[in-house]
Amino acid sequence: METQPFKIVEVRFLAPDVKLFRILAPRIARKQQPGQFVILRVHENGERIPLTIAESNPTDGTVTIIVQGIGKTTKHLNTLNAGDTILDVVGPLGKASHIEKFGTCVVIGGGVGTAIAYPTAKALHQAGNHVIAIIGGRTKQLVILENEAREVSDELFITTDDGSYGTKGLVIDPLKKMIADGRKIDLVLAIGPIPMMRAVAEVTRPLGIKTVVSLNPIMVDGTGMCGGCRVHVGGKSQFACVDGPEFDAHQVDFAGLTKRNALYRDMEKHSLVEFEQHRCKLSEAK
Amino acid sequence: MATNPLPPKARTAIPRQHMPEQEAAERAHNFSEVNLGFNFDITKQEALRCLACANPKCTDGCPVGVKVKDFIELILKGDYLAAAAKVREDDVLPAITGRVCPQEDQCEGACIMSKKFGPVGIGYLERFVADYERQTGKIGLPQNAPPTGKKVAIVGSGPAGLSAAGDLIQKGHNVRVFEALHEIGGVLVYGIPEFRLPKEIVRQEVENMKKMGVEFETNVVVGKTVTVDELLNEEGYSAVLVATGAGLPQFLGVPGEDLCGVYSANEFLTRVNLMKAYKFPEYDEPIYDCRGKNVAVVGGGNTAMDAIRSALRLGAKNAYVIYRRSETEMPARVEEVKHAKEEGIQFLLLNNPVEFLGDDRGWLRAASVIKMELGPADESGRRRPVPIKGSEYELPLDVAVIAVGTSSNPLVQSTTPDLKTRKGGYIEANTDTLKTSKPGVFAAGDIVTGGATVILAMGAGRKAAKAIDDYLCTGTW
Repeated sequence: METQPFKIVEVRFLAPDVKLFRILAPRIARKQQPGQFVILRVHENGERIPLTIAESNPTDGTVTIIVQGIGKTTKHLNTLNAGDTILDVVGPLGKASHIEKFGTCVVIGGGVGTAIAYPTAKALHQAGNHVIAIIGGRTKQLVILENEAREVSDELFITTDDGSYGTKGLVIDPLKKMIADGRKIDLVLAIGPIPMMRAVAEVTRPLGIKTVVSLNPIMVDGTGMCGGCRVHVGGKSQFACVDGPEFDAHQVDFAGLTKRNALYRDMEKHSLVEFEQHRCKLSEAK
Repeated sequence: MATNPLPPKARTAIPRQHMPEQEAAERAHNFSEVNLGFNFDITKQEALRCLACANPKCTDGCPVGVKVKDFIELILKGDYLAAAAKVREDDVLPAITGRVCPQEDQCEGACIMSKKFGPVGIGYLERFVADYERQTGKIGLPQNAPPTGKKVAIVGSGPAGLSAAGDLIQKGHNVRVFEALHEIGGVLVYGIPEFRLPKEIVRQEVENMKKMGVEFETNVVVGKTVTVDELLNEEGYSAVLVATGAGLPQFLGVPGEDLCGVYSANEFLTRVNLMKAYKFPEYDEPIYDCRGKNVAVVGGGNTAMDAIRSALRLGAKNAYVIYRRSETEMPARVEEVKHAKEEGIQFLLLNNPVEFLGDDRGWLRAASVIKMELGPADESGRRRPVPIKGSEYELPLDVAVIAVGTSSNPLVQSTTPDLKTRKGGYIEANTDTLKTSKPGVFAAGDIVTGGATVILAMGAGRKAAKAIDDYLCTGTW
């Protein structure tokens, strides 16, 4: 049984603003499967946000999440350290990734998308697939989990937008090359920013390569209750929290998802500005 | 013996007392409670109206069987704490039911006074004694029976779960309630707004249950975090009560429902109530900034009223109820509709949206609405609304909230293979015992019946508690 609030037992920065948290949550650790996520609320006045579980350890009862500080909540999270607590953590939510022996699987992680792709890549690898991992980021510092990705893949490609590490270019480039070279690919898993996932879907669509993406719409409860996370998939409205978060990339209405994700942009900005000002005042006071 | 000094004629001569309310113009801009509650004088006047029938119909009309006549008698004696304790014998959440029950269809509907003189204000009286009890802090908690050593898990902390927990703890069982959200209360905290049911009252009632010994664990989604089978086989529970409610939102299925600004009532109300988005930015969870905007709710039930009245309080310029039938068929409580009208909610009756129209950013800008007329009665006995051809018009809208009902959440059923369900995914349970197809597992509330009321769910919870107690004592399924 969980001791609430949930205790952080380990933290580690993987990149500037990208922090790994190991949290004591035995119930979740026991049940988690690749592809599933938690919803957490940092404090009493906090919002609920979904974060994919990167790894779990049923023995010591911990789950690992990797957080990129973008808005107020994630930035606040990233100020927390080992010994601090998170008020609410609930999960594991969503459907687990569909794992079987497909053959050759290309797993693409853009930025922190790598953290989300990692558990599924690991499971695909364990299931006997030939896993080709492509990870990347804007710049060297933002390439995360390189060692982990290497461990769970048979081939690893690294790209950076500015060429500061690996090959200069986008994560989609090695995929395009493989396709141009006529390599047989049975499954592509692409996780990262929406434009990246959309681009991957467009590359694989003409060839009919099965392509899976993990979506990150705005959620509240995460149990199918509110429908805020609905996305159009194959012309049907689906709830990402219970029907996903993974979907057939060729069926997803990415444009609609992008629009819905912009719904609270002004308010998110407002919260962030207030938070940053508050932080400045705090550090001045120190 | 009788405490009421008045002869029956004098009792019926007293008019039904009015509930003091916040002024409509004022309350339309705040989330404070609309009904202010009786004072001692009004309470006494209203209590004096009770005829103290030899064979009172009010108790029969109550889904949990509150001993109305007895508690009113105690009010007349001036023993308000005893009156509250009397209610509590049958109703673990008196301050809540006193506020949200549809008394007009239950105790008050059955009251012998109702036809000629207007029913005794049983709900108002119940609320008064519960509030008095809470304010004095002298809660008349019932005594528990000696411990049985048996453990019961309750899935869901809404009205059905809480009501069952209250009864089972009194029988001496260990009771643990699992809740998926971060706060206890289910629909009482995510659904019903502050202005109708202050959350402090729910918290207080939950505290009372904790004092009685009920354990609560939040952040557990049964079916995901733990399964029913694991509760039975690994965590040592002898019985599980599934009381998960009807939590899945229904949409209209018309084009444009995914536009920004179109919400399910569940989402809209959860953001406002549970997440306190009306206090943004003090609270982080955002909601569409309704200030100066045109907002409509689609539907005619209590949830629709709650949603649109919330939108009005969030600053909506025009707040509409779009309902496809006429006011007669509206399922919302008369009091809620009255309050809504007083506050300036505009009712577009016999209207139905056929499409939501967006701008190029994907934000709602209008609804295409068609006018309806009433045809012959349908299977529900209500006259079926029929669209009037060619009557479509465009209603400028920034926010639309869909409140046309809910369906069953499949999380528990889909992970409990031997739990039989019926049409719509609702759990099949015996009407009297609420036993499901799976030994040791009971189900109660909206997850069995489909969306109903707080008090009906509480009644079902009580029924299930009784059957669970029988099962635990006899060991026979």
